[in-house]
Formats: sequence, C-alpha cells, structure tokens
Amino acid sequence: MKLGYFPGCSLESSAREYNESLQAVAPLLDLELCEVPDWNCCGATAAHSLNHKLALALPARTLALAERAGFDELLVPCSACYSRLAATRRDLLANEALRQEITSIIELDYVGSTKVVSVVDVLGRAAPTIRAKASVPFLRKVACYYGCYLTRPASLTTCARPEDPQEMEAIVASAGATPLDWAFKIDCCGAALSVSRTATVAELAGRIVADAAERGAEALVVACPLCHTNLDLRRPAIERHRGVSYALPVLYITQLVGLALGLSERALGLHRHHVPVRFAPGAAAPAAAPKEN
Amino acid sequence: MPRIGVFICHCGENIGATVDAAAVAKAAGELPGVVHAVDYKYMCSDPGQNLIKEAIREKKLTGVVVGACSPRMHEPTFRRACAEAGLNAFLCEMANLREHCSWVHEKLPETTEKAIDLVRVMVEKVKRNRPLFPINVPITKTALVLGGGIAGIQAALDIANAGHPVVLVEREASIGGHMAQLSETFPTLDCSQCILTPRMVEVAQHPNIRLYTYSELESLEGFIGNFKAVIRKKARGIDEATCTGCGACIQKCPTKKIPSEFNAHLGHRTAIYVPFPQAVPNKPVIDRAHCTYYRTGKCKLCERVCPTKALRYDQEDLLVEVAVGAVVVATGYEVKGTDFFPEYGYGRYKDVITGLQFERLASASGPTLGAIRRPSDGQVPETVVFIACAGSRDPAKGLHYCSKICCMYTAKHAMLYKHKVHHGRPYVFYMDIRAGGKMYEEFVRRAIEEDQVSYIRGRVSRIYEKNGKLIVKGVDTLLNSRPVEIAADLVVLATAMVPQPDAEALAQKMKISYDGDRFLNEAHPKLRPVEMNTAGIFVAGACQAPKDIPETVAQASGAASKVIGLFSKDELSREPVVAVVNRTAPPLFSTCVGCFLCETACPYQAIEREEIKDRNGNVLKTVARVNQGVCQGCGTCVALCRSKSIDLQGFTNEQVFAELVAL
Amino acid sequence: MSSASHAAPHAPTFPERVREATGESVFQCYQCGKCAAGCPLAAEMDYTPNQILRLLQLNLPEMEEEALRALSIWLCLTCETCAARCPQEVDIPKIMDHLRQESRRRGLVHPKAKDILAFYESLLASVRKGGRLHEVGLVASYKLKTGHLLQDVLLTPQLLQRGKLSLRPHKVADTDAVRRIFDRCDAAAPENKADHA
Ligand SMILES: Cc1cc2nc3c(=O)[nH]c(=O)nc-3n(C[C@H](O)[C@H](O)[C@H](O)COP(=O)(O)OP(=O)(O)OC[C@H]3O[C@@H](n4cnc5c(N)ncnc54)[C@H](O)[C@@H]3O)c2cc1C
Ligand code: SF4
Ligand code: SF4
Repeated sequence: MKLGYFPGCSLESSAREYNESLQAVAPLLDLELCEVPDWNCCGATAAHSLNHKLALALPARTLALAERAGFDELLVPCSACYSRLAATRRDLLANEALRQEITSIIELDYVGSTKVVSVVDVLGRAAPTIRAKASVPFLRKVACYYGCYLTRPASLTTCARPEDPQEMEAIVASAGATPLDWAFKIDCCGAALSVSRTATVAELAGRIVADAAERGAEALVVACPLCHTNLDLRRPAIERHRGVSYALPVLYITQLVGLALGLSERALGLHRHHVPVRFAPGAAAPAAAPKEN
Repeated sequence: MPRIGVFICHCGENIGATVDAAAVAKAAGELPGVVHAVDYKYMCSDPGQNLIKEAIREKKLTGVVVGACSPRMHEPTFRRACAEAGLNAFLCEMANLREHCSWVHEKLPETTEKAIDLVRVMVEKVKRNRPLFPINVPITKTALVLGGGIAGIQAALDIANAGHPVVLVEREASIGGHMAQLSETFPTLDCSQCILTPRMVEVAQHPNIRLYTYSELESLEGFIGNFKAVIRKKARGIDEATCTGCGACIQKCPTKKIPSEFNAHLGHRTAIYVPFPQAVPNKPVIDRAHCTYYRTGKCKLCERVCPTKALRYDQEDLLVEVAVGAVVVATGYEVKGTDFFPEYGYGRYKDVITGLQFERLASASGPTLGAIRRPSDGQVPETVVFIACAGSRDPAKGLHYCSKICCMYTAKHAMLYKHKVHHGRPYVFYMDIRAGGKMYEEFVRRAIEEDQVSYIRGRVSRIYEKNGKLIVKGVDTLLNSRPVEIAADLVVLATAMVPQPDAEALAQKMKISYDGDRFLNEAHPKLRPVEMNTAGIFVAGACQAPKDIPETVAQASGAASKVIGLFSKDELSREPVVAVVNRTAPPLFSTCVGCFLCETACPYQAIEREEIKDRNGNVLKTVARVNQGVCQGCGTCVALCRSKSIDLQGFTNEQVFAELVAL
Repeated sequence: MSSASHAAPHAPTFPERVREATGESVFQCYQCGKCAAGCPLAAEMDYTPNQILRLLQLNLPEMEEEALRALSIWLCLTCETCAARCPQEVDIPKIMDHLRQESRRRGLVHPKAKDILAFYESLLASVRKGGRLHEVGLVASYKLKTGHLLQDVLLTPQLLQRGKLSLRPHKVADTDAVRRIFDRCDAAAPENKADHA
C-alpha cells in the first residue's frame, strides 16, 4: 500500500531513529512511504501560540503538496504534527472563506482530499500482518503511552475510548508484548516546554515514568518524538527531580514492532536513545514461533 | 349576508407595544362583511367579553373574530362568551396577533400590516363557518395505571379508594419500583421499605385493583373515556393461583450466580426468583435466559421440590384486553451506570459505584446486610468520595438537566456512611447544593455540621486506580482552584436520573409526547402538570422529570384526582373538530367512491365502512364513515381523498382556501 | 417582548471579541473547576484555566488585563485535557491561543513567560529561514535571546554523539514560498509578527 509520508522536522534530526525504524518496518508490512515533495514544518505550538493564520498556513502548504501528489492518505508519525495537520484539514473543510484565504496565502489549491493518518492508525491496520510475521515476539510487559494528541481532541482522532485507549495495546500485543493497564497513558509529558521549562517537564514526565516503572513495565512505548524526548532524553532531569533512577527504556512503537519482525537493533536506531535499551534476561528469549492469541 | 364583528386586543403591552391595535380595528372595520370592529386593552377581561356579547346582540353578528393571543390560551374564553350571547361557539375564531406577530417582530409599520392580514384571513374564514355542536361520548370508568413504583401505587390506591376499578400493570415481577431499593430516605431518614411495603400489600389486597405484574402494555387504542388496552402477561413459568410463595424452588435452584437487578448487580439471585423477600406478589418467575432447563433441556429441580406442583414450563405469554376510560403513566426512571464515565474508568473499577448501589450497600436487606463494605474485597472503606452531578448538568455527555435529587441523597449517603463507619472520612465533590424543600437545607447542614462531611466545591476530572486505592483528582474552587487529590477506598457517583430505556417506544406506542431527554411531556409546564397532551392520559412520577418521593406522591395523587374528576361524569363532551364524509341524495348517497384510502391512512383507526341498503336490505353502495368518537381531527384523510368526499368540520377546504386567497 | 430596545450598536466587549476570534463563549463556563482538576500545569499556574475564564466573564477592563498578564496562558501546553473533559464543552486551549496572541500584541506578556515566548519566536524564525526547523539553529538563537548560555538545552553534546543533530539545516527547496507565507500571515496580523517581538 502506498502512503504519502510527512516525516516532520524532528524525524530528520533528534528523532531520526523514529524515521529509521519506520522506514525499516514499512516494507515488511507492505507499506510504501512516499515523502511529500518539499514539505515544510507544521509550525508546532509556536505558530498557534503566536499567529493563528500561520498555524493554519504552514500545515496547509504540506497538505496541499500531498494532495497535489495524489495521495489518498498522508502518514504523519509525530503526533503533534499529526494534530496540527488534521486540525488544519478539519478547519479548512468546515469554513469555505477560511479555505480560500489560506489557499491564497500558500499559493496552492487545496480541497482536502488527502486523509491524515497516524502511525498508530497504520500499524493498527497492519496488526494481523505483524502477528503473522513476528518471528521474534517481543515478550515483555510494556506501558503504551499516548500522550495528548493521539486521543485528543476526540473529534480529530480515531480513538474509540479516548480516556482508556487500546489501539497501541492491540499493536504491541500483535508483536507479542503484554500491554499493562496503567494510569498515565494519556497524561501530558510537558511537550513544548521541554526547552523553556525543563523543571516542569521533569515533574510531568516523571509521573509518567514512575507509574509505568512501579507497575512493572519493562519498556515505555511511544509514538511521538516530543514524548520520546521528554521521557528518554530528559531522564536525567526526571531522576534528579524525583531522586530515583529508572532503567526503563522508551521505545518507539515502530522499534518494538521492528524487533518482533526480526530487525536489528542498529537498523532500528536503538543505539541512539539516551536510556539504554537493555532488558533483564529471561522472558525475552526469542520464542521459537510467534504466539497466536 | 354575513355580519362579522372584529375585536382587537392590546393584551396590555404584549400586542399594544408593537402593533397599532386601533389601526388594525379601523382597517378591519372596512373589510367586506364586517359590521363592527373595536379595540380594547384586555379583551379577555369581563368588560372585554361584555363588548363582544353586547355587539352580538345589538349588531346581530353572524360571526366573531378576536385578534388577540394564541387560541390555545383564550379560544375557550371567547367561544363561551359568544355562546352566552346566543351565537354558536364555533362561529367565533381567533387571529393570533401575539405569538404570530407582536412577539416575533419589532415595532414597525409592517408589523401592524401583518396583524391586519391575519385578521382579514380570519374574517374570510369565519364567513364560511357553520354552527357546530359538541360531541358526547360515554366514559368507561376503569383506570389503567402503567408502572408499579411509588407513583403508580399511589395513583392506583387513590383511584381505587374513590370507588373505581383500576388495572395496574408492572413490568417487573414485583411492584415497588426504585423506592423498594432505597435504604433510608431524606430528609427524615425513615426506612424506605417500612413505609412502602404496607402500601404494596394494600394494592394486592384492594378489591378495586387488578394487578398484572411481569406484564407490559402491548397496545393502546381509542380515546379519552374509551380506550382499549392490550396487556401482555409474560410467562412466569408458574401457576400463580397454585403457588403459595413458599420459596422451596428458589432454595434449590442450582443457577445461583446471576447478578441481582434488585441489588443493582452487587448481589446474586437464582434463575427462579422473587426480586426481594417483601415482593408483591410473593410469587417467583423463571428467568428463561439463565434457567438451566430452558438452556439445556435438563434440570427441573424446582418442579421436583414444589409442594403444590405449580411449575408450568410450557406456559406462554398471555394477551389480555381491557377497556379503560383513563390511563396514568408512571413508568419511572433508571440511573446511568458507571460505564457512562470514561474519565472515571468506564465502569472498570469495582469500587466506583452508583448511588443506587450505595443504597443497596446501606440497606439492611442488601447484599452486605447494611454494612458498608466495598465490592472489590469486602473491606470497610476508610475514605469515601461522593461525586455529585455525575452525568447531570453535563451537556458534553448529552445530559443538560439537573437530576434534582442527587444533592439530597448524596448528603444522605455521606451521613449514613458516617453513622455506620464512625472513623470514616466522607468527601463530597459538588458544584452547587440544591436543597430546596421542606427540611432539606437543614438536612444538608446536618451532614456538614454534625457528621462533618467535607464538601469540596469542584468537579472531579479523573479517577484512576493505584495500589488498591482510587486516586480522585479534583480541585477546590473555593480555595483558589487548588488541586485536591484524594486516595479513596470507595467512590460513589451520584449518576444522572434518566428515563427508562423503552420510554420513547412506549410513548410512541401510546401516541403521547416526550421531550428531548425522553421524559414525558406534561400538557402545560405550569398549569397542567399531570395531564398529557393526549386527552385521557395522565402522568405521575419520575417518568415525567427527575423528582423525589414527596413530589412523586403529590403528582400521583394529582393525576388520580384528575382521573376521579373525569369519572365523575357519565358522558364526555368533545370539540366537534372531526372529519365527515359527505352525504347526498340518492341515487348517489355520497360522492365517496369506496376506495378506502382514508381507512389505511387514518392514524387513529377512525374510518368505518357503511353499507347503504335499499328497503329490501340489498347493499346499494359501501361508503366511508368517520367514528366521531375516535377521530382526532388531524385531517390526513381529507388530504388523501381523491373524490374530495371528506372534509374537516371547522377547517373545511372551503374555509382554508378562503383564508389563503385573502392573503 | 420586543427587542427594539436593545438593538443599539455598541463596541464589542472583550468576551465578544474572544467569541469572534475563536467561536467560543466564555459565559458557557459554569466554574465547576474540572479543567483545573485535570490540567497538568494547574499547580504552577497563577490562574487556573477556569479562573482565566472567570476573569473574562466579569467583563471589566482591569480583569481582562489581568488575564492577559497571566503566566498561565503561556504555561498552557495545549494538551487538550481540559477541553476533553469540560462538561460545558468550552474549548479552553483555543481561547488560550487567542489570549497569548492578544497578550503579546498588547505587550502584556508575563515576565516569567519571556523564555517560553523566546523559544517560540526562535522556532518560527528558524522555520521562516529554511521552511523546516533546524534544531541546532533554534537552540543557538534561543540561547542568544534568553542569555541562558549554559543551560543544558537539549543536551547537545550527547545528541551530536548519537548522530541526532545535524549541523547543516535541512531546508525546503522553495524557501521563498515559505517566506511569502510568513509575510502574508504577518501582514494579516501586523502587531503579531510571528517570530520577533
Ligand atoms: C440513589 C437514589 C436515592 C434516592 N433516595 C431518595 C430519598 O432518600 N428520598 C426521596 O424522596 N427520594 C429518593 N430517591 C428518588 C426516588 O427513588 C424516586 O423519587 C421514586 O422512586 C420515583 O418513583 P416512580 O414510581 O416515579 O418511579 P420508579 O420507582 O422508577 O417506578 C417505576 C415503576 O414502573 C415500572 N415500569 C417501567 N416501565 C414500565 C413499563 N413500560 N410497563 C410497566 N411498568 C413499567 C418499573 O419497573 C418500576 O417498578 C432516590 C433515588 C436514587 C436514584
Ligand atoms: S471544566 Fe469547563 S465549565 Fe468547568 S470550570 Fe472548566 S471551562 Fe468552566
Ligand atoms: S490545554 Fe492548557 S489549560 Fe487545558 S489542561 Fe492542557 S495545559 Fe491546562
């Protein structure tokens, strides 16, 4: 299946292992990712905080380019970008005057024919394939972390139970993992305050890491570069703030799926994490055959 | 030549401030056929009515148009005035200058123009009015009461005590409704069952009450004074006459783990069961969905132990037809379950319960015999959080309204908890405390002052479970909106009161109206609180809107007295706005061609077939005839009739076309 | 019943302007506090989300200014938790966006929010230049703007070592197109130039 692909800025740098693992996993799941030609930054929190029009125009340019390239669906792995693009599409479709104004700002036509989908949407559809091809089932207890934009606002997402989502759980289960029931899967990690208010992030992300660890998770699973930064890269700040150290690694969901599909740690970029991706020996010994359940 | 009088009312400022009433009267006076036109400040007042009466007598009026408020308001007033002056009441019409004009427009010349148009239309209509006479129909003096909660019980007893037969239909195996499930009741803390069960027994023993439990309304036809109800008596699986209610079958039933509806799913029951020990009638039913015999074809243990051989496994539903003159709908409510609350765990935390479940925990007849123990592990909770307005006043969840009783029962629950667990810590999250009612405010103050229940003003954002505790995340808006997190052992949600799941279907079956929340609509929110818009059908209790027991009982007695009032007459007089099929001289007899399209179209089954015979009894022609008792005057048949043989009295095609042409 | 008496035109009130810009009415809020109870930042805020709305509900110029001077409006992460649970369906994050823009336009930004603002401005400056965010460039410009030269912004050396930072910015091909978008959006709100205060 052919998908338009909008990696977003961070997947080119600080979150390059998200990109690498997604690119590595895609062909095994019969997904062909076609990067949107000349895409641009979605503007992130900065744009919608400072300039309403810009917050629409920046995502609109990428959406219009994707539409021009003829994609039915546009895969947006960063959930913050996903939210900006999906919200822009919704707002422009709902308001014709606004659509005209923005299309004249971006000098491109746009009618909204390309749907915006997340990695969770796409992997969710591929779950049967993952299950069938999981040669090295990931036999670990994991806490799936959604953060904000995969479940909120409910009108933008495809999540059936926004207060207790199960979509990521279904994916990791298809890869052999045991998803845990835990309390912070939709709490905010501190998001864009990562740089400007690190202490705040240490508190918010810290609660998330602590709850997952206390419930026996062996890994946190995320689908967003910003969440990854705050839970992984900010780990020293978290540990200083809480006075506890946590060995809990943070995996992109694509990395977890990749491991189950038998891809190498290097190919999935596990070496790029701050918190080493290491597991206690035992349960994770690769099983002979993928378990059906 | 018609001699029409026109009377324009100012309705104080209501019409007068926007419409130039004098100008309307003046313009009306110039219309052809109008011989008299005046305006007056309050036409509905005595002097106003006298203006009309005098004009009828002096000017020999043949028709009257009153330009005033809605006919729903004062048509009876003005028609009565006309009749008193000797003019047939149906020669009086109203032009609605208030709701259709002054209330909805600004004060502009066009507004007065529109008022004149409305009057002109009515003048053209009235010229074509014919004298009509009320229709008299007999009344069947038996009442049908639907629902055997406290509302239905009270209404049934009141009507029966006035000497009229009552048919009481209850869907469940016992009467009693929610009140039977309650522990103690605010604001007096008297035991609910103790005051309810004597009434239940009285119902069972009353010579004027025929009780159908485990039964539902199958259909309702007819009209005020003359309804025909069909009741489906569901198969209980036992012969009620033979069964003595000894309960041997219940003791022996091997299927014991069915969640008990009566205990709000906190306890269990058997497949053959009575809902609770004080049930009326105290005769079991077999729950066929769970019974081993019905599921596997083997068991019949109950039959073996029954001393009177009362089991009837092959019993079938029975349809019973009853003729009644009035119906009281008292089908009550249900409460939202904890699964309605995504942010409070979608119902997956066992120790997050509803207020109704708390009633069962606090009830001496409940699953814990009145001890407050939490469902997950039976421990006595040390910290209990009560959350008011759970689902109520929550447009985001689709419920805008206030459930009215939760403030009171939450105070009651916190109090009962404190009385039973002295060292316990009760917290109540609330938005407002609505305690209007006799001794209600005092009751809430008692909870706060004497029982030291901590009230925290704020809505709870989320509940999650951690290490066996329920973490309740709230805020105290009275303390600078400071976040408040409480680790609770038990959380009680005062979940919204909503109509029964089948409320809409029942209303449609009975052709009665309901509101956007599916509560039944009374005929007037202030002045006709116990009547429905459909004549002869009355409403009582929580099926109309959330309410507590005192209000429910008051409304039930109100509905009963309306029924008794209706039954105090032998005949009923109704408006003659009904359809008629024309009659002409032989050999045509009627332009009706006998296609009977009208018969299939009539929503009230009012069309009958009449055979026209010659002297020897040979059928010459079959034509349609309208049963004037059944016809509701909706006009559907008129629109459909291809040979233009049916017309609606008071709204004939001729009248309506004249109105249109006048515009 | 006539509405003639209150048809006279008047200058829009602040709540009316908020509604104009966002489609949201602050009067819908009934001050239940559920937003504050779920807001991850409530403990750090000078005014919780419901209190910000309360300031606007009062419709007094000094209260309106107090809301615009609040630190809260800059702390808000647009995490959408409040909006997801608000029983009255008030879209608070949308209102917060508007208040931030208004606060910046009127020069009322809370002193402690200067870092946050600087970060946003640096980010947009980076995007204006190359169409895509260049993290190294962003960090450098943020450090210069705020003077936090030693703060461990994004743990840079570690990132470099792991190959996560590229020193050369990735750019769109048509940088002019992006610049024109910025120019037009700035023109639409001249007081609120996207990337410099
Ligand atoms: C947790 C809680 C605590 C409360 N505590 C108090 C208190 O302390 N004091 C107080 O005054 N009030 C209290 N109330 C309110 C009280 O329960 C109601 O006011 C009262 O029960 C309303 O009576 P009802 O007859 O209208 O409805 P219900 O009690 O609901 O009775 C309706 C009956 O109709 C039957 N029925 C439904 N549909 C049909 C149908 N289609 N055909 C035939 N039968 C049907 C039902 O089975 C039921 O038996 C409390 C309510 C709750 C939820
Ligand atoms: S949750 Fe909604 S209604 Fe409640 S205080 Fe916040 S904004 Fe107001
Ligand atoms: S969107 Fe802003 S105000 Fe709302 S909960 Fe999140 S941080 Fe708080």
